[in-house]
Amino acid sequence: MVFRQKHLLGIEHLHPQEITTLLDLADQYVDLNRRDVKHSEALRGLTQINMFFENSTRTQASFEIAGKRLGADVMNMAMQASSIKKGETLIDTAMTLNAMHPDLLVVRHPHSGAVDLLAQKVNCAVLNAGDGKHEHPTQALLDALTIRRAKGRLHRLNIAICGDISHSRVARSNLILLGKMENRVRLVGPATLMPSQIDQFGVEVYEDMAEGLKDVDVVMMLRLQRERMDGGFIPSEREYYHRYGLDADKLSHAKADAIVMHPGPMNRGVEIDGELADDINRSVIQEQVEMGVAVRMAAMDLLARNLRDSRSNAPVEV
Amino acid sequence: MSLLFTNARLIDPEAGTDNAGSLLVENGVIVDLGPNVAMPARAEVIDCAGKCLAPGIVDIGVKVCEPGERHKESYRSAGLAAAAGGVTTMVTRPDTEPAIDSPETLEFVTRRANEAAPVNVVPMAALTKGRAGREMTEFGFLMDAGAIAFTDCDNVVTDTKVYSRALTYARSLGALVIGHPQEPILSKGAASTSGKFASLRGLPAVSPMAERMGIDRDIALVEMTGVKYHADQITTARALPALQRAKANGFDITAGTSIHHLTLNELDVADYRTFFKVKPPLRGEDDRLALVEAVKSGLIDIISSMHTPQDEESKRLPFEEAASGAVALETLLPAALRLYHAEQLTLPELFRAMTLNPAKRLGLPSGRLSAGAPADLILFDADAPFVLNRFELKSKSKNTPFDGARMQGKVLATYVAGQAVYRRD
Repeated sequence: MVFRQKHLLGIEHLHPQEITTLLDLADQYVDLNRRDVKHSEALRGLTQINMFFENSTRTQASFEIAGKRLGADVMNMAMQASSIKKGETLIDTAMTLNAMHPDLLVVRHPHSGAVDLLAQKVNCAVLNAGDGKHEHPTQALLDALTIRRAKGRLHRLNIAICGDISHSRVARSNLILLGKMENRVRLVGPATLMPSQIDQFGVEVYEDMAEGLKDVDVVMMLRLQRERMDGGFIPSEREYYHRYGLDADKLSHAKADAIVMHPGPMNRGVEIDGELADDINRSVIQEQVEMGVAVRMAAMDLLARNLRDSRSNAPVEV
Repeated sequence: MSLLFTNARLIDPEAGTDNAGSLLVENGVIVDLGPNVAMPARAEVIDCAGKCLAPGIVDIGVKVCEPGERHKESYRSAGLAAAAGGVTTMVTRPDTEPAIDSPETLEFVTRRANEAAPVNVVPMAALTKGRAGREMTEFGFLMDAGAIAFTDCDNVVTDTKVYSRALTYARSLGALVIGHPQEPILSKGAASTSGKFASLRGLPAVSPMAERMGIDRDIALVEMTGVKYHADQITTARALPALQRAKANGFDITAGTSIHHLTLNELDVADYRTFFKVKPPLRGEDDRLALVEAVKSGLIDIISSMHTPQDEESKRLPFEEAASGAVALETLLPAALRLYHAEQLTLPELFRAMTLNPAKRLGLPSGRLSAGAPADLILFDADAPFVLNRFELKSKSKNTPFDGARMQGKVLATYVAGQAVYRRD
């Protein structure tokens, strides 16, 4: 069992073995979560604060349930409504919270790197719940767990990530993770939604969806933000759906047993056909949500173990 | 009173030489130099012990935060930093709060500078009122009050009609205009240079092409108006061919670059280190190497510190929100000497870009080691190693990207008009 991280800031810092450790533990939590009594004492006595500087219902709920099932005292702070509006800086907010001795800080922020910055200033474990266009590590881990359970392995798979790659932290974390686990990753989308020099990340880039999906094992769709649909990045919603929306026809180019994933929330009829999203034979979108709770429990459990170790090894104050 | 420097390594950017010799100063002016300088009857003799004696640096584009943000940098603190860094002439920027865009504010600045700074201060004034890009400033009055050049700094004048008229008017007065070559709409909101690194970090980025578009536009306007033009910072390889063509066509155009773009690249940002956030953003290593080559060939004329003080609060923010800019008056010389120690540029080549060329461009008599030039001199040890501690800087703001960096090159003494304004203890 290997997991040496103090924080979970991004997939970039994880070793493949640490990813495997985390997923193995998450598998156990999947079993726990399916029981009647869904409770463990792993985080008993610890305080978890969820700081969301950006709206999120699903991720925040997932972290909250994960913490509560592990016995932590969980508090949610909607940061948009609070002091940040009064001009307090991110670091001041972090220092204030730090003085309350939290053990786990779960942070989402609209700017890339903000969670890294915060982690430097506090002495508890920090989990990145999404920072700008940078990383969203727990999403990539839950996707990995979903794939591993559906396909029986997490290596040597052909995986297509489709849609708005450029603005997506989910895509970044996923392509790093899937690359580390030795899969072939393809990115599919219009050139306006591709980050620059993305071909240097060891991925194959496709502008044609049918070509990009040919013989893949996994199709990962991304959400297209509404504000990007009106002529700025793509000409229109309907042209986007026509060229990049996933429907049965486009999916027919993938392997017969290919699974369909989406991080949610979905825009039905924009990036994915509604019926396909609900097709229990192909879509694993509900499983992703379930795995999300288990992966977050595993991540917090492992970080809490390291936190306790570091505290017990710390020199005793006299 | 005579002052004789003996046993010096004379760095003469005009002659392009780096030879042992002596240098004689009388009444604040260099009167003789070379291997055989006659010893006058009464002179203070300074034995340089084989260290380098060079013209003091003429730094175009120093931001002193007066008026408006004196807590970031005052004329006093900037002047002390300049003296310690070997900068004998600060050519100051007008991007203060409010902007230096009227003869009255310019006179205030000049008075403050003369009272407080131990080095020469030559002010620039805004090209348009409030640097807003709508109405030109009173070039005539401002020149009478001492403005040496006109610039809106990093605010690009987007209205080409306003810009072309301002350039035409400036040409009629023989004024030098300093532009910031950048396509402002393409670069809006950018915190990094587009490419693999920016994509990995998820930072808003601008293509290096935005600079090339900016310089292309400005060159067309130079051709149209005939104005004397200097590009403040060329930072990408893609902009160089356009600059070369413009010079070959005989336009009155020169270009600068910043010490940070010559010695750092985008990867130095690492995990969102905001002290490395400058404007334009740091570029790739290929660009940096092309810039070094361009300084060597003389295509890029001038190296500046682009000294931009920022307080801790404006840097302790997520990278996108953090302020741009770095202090550099005290690190300009040791950073530049990295290029000398890497054997990419000789000392005369470096000093040509830091002293002679800026002085010539601004019509100043300093920046050279020749009889008749003012004795603005620096004595420095090009090899002395040290680790930079930002809290030892004399600038009020400590936002240097070189904190903790191993550097070589210490200023031993700085002279302005023959008077010592700094001596290393």
